[in-house]
Amino acid sequence: MNRFLIPLGIFIVLVVFLWIGLSLNPREIPSPLINKTAPAFELPQLHEPNKTIRPEDLHGKVWLLNIWASWCVTCREEHPLLVELAKKNIVPIYGLNYKDQREEGLALLRESGDPYILSAYDHDGKVGIDWGVYGVPETFVIDKSGLIRHKFIGALTPELIQNKLIPLVKELNGA
Amino acid sequence: MVHRKLIFALFLFLSVPCALADTVETTQKAVTQNNPELEKRVMDLSSHLRCLVCQNQTIADSNAELAIDLRNQVREKMQQGQSDQEILDYMVKRYGEFVLFNPLVKSTTWLLWFGPLLLLILGLGILIFNLRKRRKLMQHAPVLSAEEHTRAASLLSGNDEAHS
Repeated sequence: MNRFLIPLGIFIVLVVFLWIGLSLNPREIPSPLINKTAPAFELPQLHEPNKTIRPEDLHGKVWLLNIWASWCVTCREEHPLLVELAKKNIVPIYGLNYKDQREEGLALLRESGDPYILSAYDHDGKVGIDWGVYGVPETFVIDKSGLIRHKFIGALTPELIQNKLIPLVKELNGA
Repeated sequence: MVHRKLIFALFLFLSVPCALADTVETTQKAVTQNNPELEKRVMDLSSHLRCLVCQNQTIADSNAELAIDLRNQVREKMQQGQSDQEILDYMVKRYGEFVLFNPLVKSTTWLLWFGPLLLLILGLGILIFNLRKRRKLMQHAPVLSAEEHTRAASLLSGNDEAHS
């Protein structure tokens, strides 16, 4: 009996491990910045290069930082969702225009609408590295005290916004 | 023709994971050729850091946009006089321990590090157990009388005439 049970047992354990392994998304790497203070930066604004934008200025409110670029196809897919979310006035969305050309970034916002209160212009991607950005789009949720509370890797979806983002923002605003 | 299209489609499909990395305009900074020593240090340390876009490559191997940026960051920090450890810590703080190509040795990674050794010990254990069992069987094997010996010998040589 053992002759069959032992290999069968080993096989089942293997299947379970492989099953779990296959259901994980290797591109989603949990950010170590969760519940840490958002890294500081001072970047020129996309629209007005003479003015700057700093996360410290947003202290006291819950806000989103959406990392985007005109060359990023997934960002273009996500864009209409952000425009829609911005219209709902639930949470202010700030943009980080990542490794883009200023003209091309501005052109995208002209064509498809601008969901951002302001966009920071991170031409060389240094601030992106500071924030642990490794693929655009990414969306950070920052709370009133300036802590990063969540990071969405990849494009937001209507489900993510409805079931995760909005409840989280409400919770953070309530607290 | 159809074949060629299929192959092209397959190629496109396979290149999706790195598409993010390649679409950006390449802004690789001119490598500081005049300082080969620094460049060697950059590459040495880079080979310990994982490229998060093409995850099975180090940032030394990868030419993904992010890898180039991270190498530049490493170079810059070295020029500022930071030690290798300080730079590794900087990367871990931003990208998590996953960025280290060699996982740290700690309680959650013990199985990863020592699992193969454990399997080896287990295999050796089973081998020794079986060898002992066999030796015991040999010891308890029935002793043949002289007559039985001759019969066995004749059986083995193929002429079993004595008893046929």
